[in-house]
Amino acid sequence: MRIWKYGDNINTDQLFPGKYTYTCATPEEIKPHLLEDLDPSFAGNVKKDDIIIAGKNFGCGSSREQPVLGLKSVGVQAVIAESFARIFYRSAINQGLVLIECQDAVKAYSEGDKIELNIEKGNITVGEKNFSFPTLPKEILAIRDADGLLAYTRLKLKKNGKRFNYVSGYQNKTDE
Amino acid sequence: MGKTFAEKILAEKAGLKDAVPGQIVTVKPDHLLMHDNAAAIIGKISDEIEKYGIVDKTLPVIVLDHVIPAADEKTASNHKKIREFVKKHKLKNFFDAGTGVCHQIVLEKGFAVPGSLILGSDSHTCSYGAVNAFSTGIDRTEAASILLTGETWLKVPSSIKINLKGKLNNRVSAKDVILSIIGDIGSSGADYCSVEFHGDLKQFSVSDRFTIANMGVEAGAKNAVFPVDPVTVEYLKKIGVKDYSPVWADSDAVYHSERTYDVSKIPPMIACPHNVDNVKPVSEVFGTEIQQCLIGTCTNGREKDLEIAAEILKGKKVSPNVRLLILPASKTVFENCLRNGTIEILSNAGAIILPSGCGPCLGAHQGVLAPGERCLSTSNRNFKGRMGCKESEIYLASPATVAVSAIHGKITDPREVKK
Repeated sequence: MRIWKYGDNINTDQLFPGKYTYTCATPEEIKPHLLEDLDPSFAGNVKKDDIIIAGKNFGCGSSREQPVLGLKSVGVQAVIAESFARIFYRSAINQGLVLIECQDAVKAYSEGDKIELNIEKGNITVGEKNFSFPTLPKEILAIRDADGLLAYTRLKLKKNGKRFNYVSGYQNKTDE
Repeated sequence: MGKTFAEKILAEKAGLKDAVPGQIVTVKPDHLLMHDNAAAIIGKISDEIEKYGIVDKTLPVIVLDHVIPAADEKTASNHKKIREFVKKHKLKNFFDAGTGVCHQIVLEKGFAVPGSLILGSDSHTCSYGAVNAFSTGIDRTEAASILLTGETWLKVPSSIKINLKGKLNNRVSAKDVILSIIGDIGSSGADYCSVEFHGDLKQFSVSDRFTIANMGVEAGAKNAVFPVDPVTVEYLKKIGVKDYSPVWADSDAVYHSERTYDVSKIPPMIACPHNVDNVKPVSEVFGTEIQQCLIGTCTNGREKDLEIAAEILKGKKVSPNVRLLILPASKTVFENCLRNGTIEILSNAGAIILPSGCGPCLGAHQGVLAPGERCLSTSNRNFKGRMGCKESEIYLASPATVAVSAIHGKITDPREVKK
């Protein structure tokens, strides 16, 4: 398992250049360009269960989902960052990619440290140190753990047809 | 205890009495925006669309703009697939290549109205806060799901209150204001938050407010929003929008934070490579040579923006070392500027007039940079590689700053009127 360390404000153009946005959509098309303008060594060397560790505002910029889809499909175990940009964060839930927001763990990491994750318990070990991170609300975890939003939506549609409700709210209107 | 704009509108859209920051609610957006990425979106759910249909045919608004006219076989095929889909499902809200940049179309055609909720598979969907809509970006997968279900979940955001006080100086515009704010709070300064604008807003037209709201996402904001006032009402009347219910914060609403800016103290500002929050007064980078200028895009491509550029370029020539690209935000903007002589002035000055799309902004085509080149643009992002080449540099500024700089071939303060 390799750990890839990057800095603050890693944006979507660095993760997946905009010029490929309308010509690459499948994991096979995305992979060669993954992190192309940030770290040209990434795409050729990333392996299943690798971890990315980064600073503040990871994934800022565009709503393009290729970075998330790409990282998920090459098997990245998790991205651990001090903070994430919201569209990227949301997209990760939709693709079933694990993101961990834990400033202390990022600060504690130095090259060569081992990282162990217990995603369900919200626990992370960096070298000798142990940190906890907040887990998502169970309704949202259900989307991630269904292997992403489309799988979740398909299940719900199959079960309920068009009567659809994610979480709290809208009870009255969906019962019309 | 009072409520913020976000708390009120999301409670209403969720059919709840109250909503508090952090609460997760299910909402039905009034519209779902897609652009060229609609091809990929419908491709994900073709079986489900056959089986369940599209939940509501008035929900999607599809605008072809990102790579128009098509740059290659692949983008042409995407457009074709979208046109066939639109025809098959008899979707009315479709705007083919050349109509305009999607965000401008959502505004101009009256899809964004006060109190509406719009989600879009594009990060600059936050622009419609200019007319008091709650609007924000989502990814393609979520757009696909909403096409089937009409619903999604949103977390009610905390809100930031920004007071804009005082009067703007000559040659200083809304772009300089939003660049100052992003420079101040940083590119994650509004992460996950709803940003409300208060204060002396009368001086900002709907177009100016659009420029500001458009760049909210560059500070990480979920949405950025203005109240409805006589400026909004007049604009909506002009485009024929009648039915809407404005929503605004209570005076005793509770904010995550509050900031006040005296806009009379803001000089022309510029975002330097490679982050939108690397903002300085233009005077600090005066004289930096540039090879390309871009005036337009969804950020600054409306009538007033191009008219300011024309006023500066009238009777002058663009530096022989510079390509000046003009990108009107829509065909309507282009035609208005054609009629009032703006386009002729810009063309005479040596500008290249581009079709209303997104090409150069994201490095797709039409104005890609070469290694070592520098572009000064009125667009909204200057990330490394954004205009198609990672060894190039992008600076962001107002139409006035870009127009003056195009004449001189180097970054110039627009307040210096002499050539």
